[in-house]
Amino acid sequence: MTLDVGTVRKDFPILDRKVRGGRPLIYLDSANTSQKPRQVIDAISGFYERHNANIHRATHELGEEATEAYEGARIKVAGFVGAHDESEIVFTKNVSEAINLVAYSMGNASAAGGPERFRLGPGDEIVVTEMEHHSNLVPWQLLCQRTGATLRWFGVTADGRLDLSNVDDLITERTKLVSLVHQSNVLGTFNPVRLIADKAHAVGALVLADAAQSVPHIPVSVPDLGADFLGFTGHKLCGPTGIGVLWARRQLLDEMPPFLGGGEMIETVWMDRTTFAAPPHKFEAGTMPIAEAAGLSAAIDYLNETGRDAIARHEEELLTDALGQLGEIKGLRILGPAEAVDRGTAISFEVDGVHPHDVSQVLDELGIAVRAGHHCAWPLHRALGVQASTRASFYLYNTHEEVAALAAGIRQAQQFFGVA
Amino acid sequence: MQIESLYQEIILDHYRNPHHRGLREPFDAEVHHVNPTCGDEVTLRVTLKDVGGDPVVTDVSYDTLGCSISQASASVMADLVIGKPVSEAMRISQEFLELMQSKGTAQPDEDVLEDAVAFAGVSKYPARIKCALLGWMAWKDATGQALETTTGQAS
Repeated sequence: MTLDVGTVRKDFPILDRKVRGGRPLIYLDSANTSQKPRQVIDAISGFYERHNANIHRATHELGEEATEAYEGARIKVAGFVGAHDESEIVFTKNVSEAINLVAYSMGNASAAGGPERFRLGPGDEIVVTEMEHHSNLVPWQLLCQRTGATLRWFGVTADGRLDLSNVDDLITERTKLVSLVHQSNVLGTFNPVRLIADKAHAVGALVLADAAQSVPHIPVSVPDLGADFLGFTGHKLCGPTGIGVLWARRQLLDEMPPFLGGGEMIETVWMDRTTFAAPPHKFEAGTMPIAEAAGLSAAIDYLNETGRDAIARHEEELLTDALGQLGEIKGLRILGPAEAVDRGTAISFEVDGVHPHDVSQVLDELGIAVRAGHHCAWPLHRALGVQASTRASFYLYNTHEEVAALAAGIRQAQQFFGVA
Repeated sequence: MQIESLYQEIILDHYRNPHHRGLREPFDAEVHHVNPTCGDEVTLRVTLKDVGGDPVVTDVSYDTLGCSISQASASVMADLVIGKPVSEAMRISQEFLELMQSKGTAQPDEDVLEDAVAFAGVSKYPARIKCALLGWMAWKDATGQALETTTGQAS
């Protein structure tokens, strides 16, 4: 299957928009959030127009339909990442919540004598990497503060890869959990999750992969990846905001204490105690994002029907083109791998003499949407000796003409600020 | 380009040749402020002189890492407040804040804001307002602290 970008673009109504006084929108900020195809927008409005009700508890036809939409989405997601079955899929509001769910569950296990492999205390270690998004760093800092465990991390090489030189010093019998990003949201780098997971499992540690940036772009199969937990979010893969996913091996979900307490996560409740529902419902307290689940389901259908391999190939061509065109700009430095090998379509860069905010402002004036700042990865920027960067990121609906417009826009910013 | 309403020539001049830049001694208070969305930073020192009643801002020195808007704004701010009584400088600061919150609708008073009127266009770009305010907020914070140490007053 090959991807016809012209056909794809017709599915995304927002791509017809004009911005900044009539310029066609060039949307290069999909690593931040992706745009939504008509199919997803229709699924959400269709749910509210015809099927809206609460799930699991409503004893009427609409309630049955809403439950079917929500639980059907869970089955769809399970198939999407190759889970053993849908009971391994927990819906959250985003990846941050998925990661916090694991962190707080481990904290609860530590406080209340839960299963040993989730318990943390002084002498235990959690290992992350220096290229984490804050969402896969701060929850572990907080957990270490609560439990007295120690946080350690992999460094990053100058070319933006994970520094694996001290892997055997970092992953030891003291390690309880390794949590790492599958694809860096700044550098685009793909990390060798399988290799690290094998090392972690050899010492009895658990592994969490933050797949927010990888799952939207390439087929990810949880048995192949080798992690115990996988987090990703709907809004970066053409789905709505407000719904994320935690996949975990069923046995772990069985053993883990709950995170949030409330309605729908219980089995029986007395005034002084509660027993909990079986996974995944044990981790889904309160009314969940039901319409969003319907939208996520439609997004997965959309990606599958467009062809996941075709999307990946199209993006690789865009990536090669963009790395080439940006690489030719004098005074521009790409952060992260300069070649399209083990690398995704997020490209962060510095422009000599022009602050990222100023680069992005000139691009915005030309209708080109990018992101500027530290992209929620402040320690990574510090490690690379960079205060902030500009990031362009590409998805299935982007074109080679848009890559050329980006390169021309950067040159215009250099001229505007008198550095070229 | 419409962008020229944002990047006025006065702003670009201050960005290229910032006034009062660098950290100087002595000082009464030093603060470090960051813009958490982009990582821009300013370290800013304030020196006051107690002249009985309303102290005077005798120096503002600073070191910034940031975009053209935040750097130029710090430069313009230092020009405006150095030599002024604290109460007057605070009024100017308030007027600048109101200009930034005006969404492009305010008519800035050039007699009060001088070069800072050039930032009126910034108020139309919500993502950049924090850039323009970074130095001002640092100055306000440092001055509050300096008032406590030099005059024993609460700010």
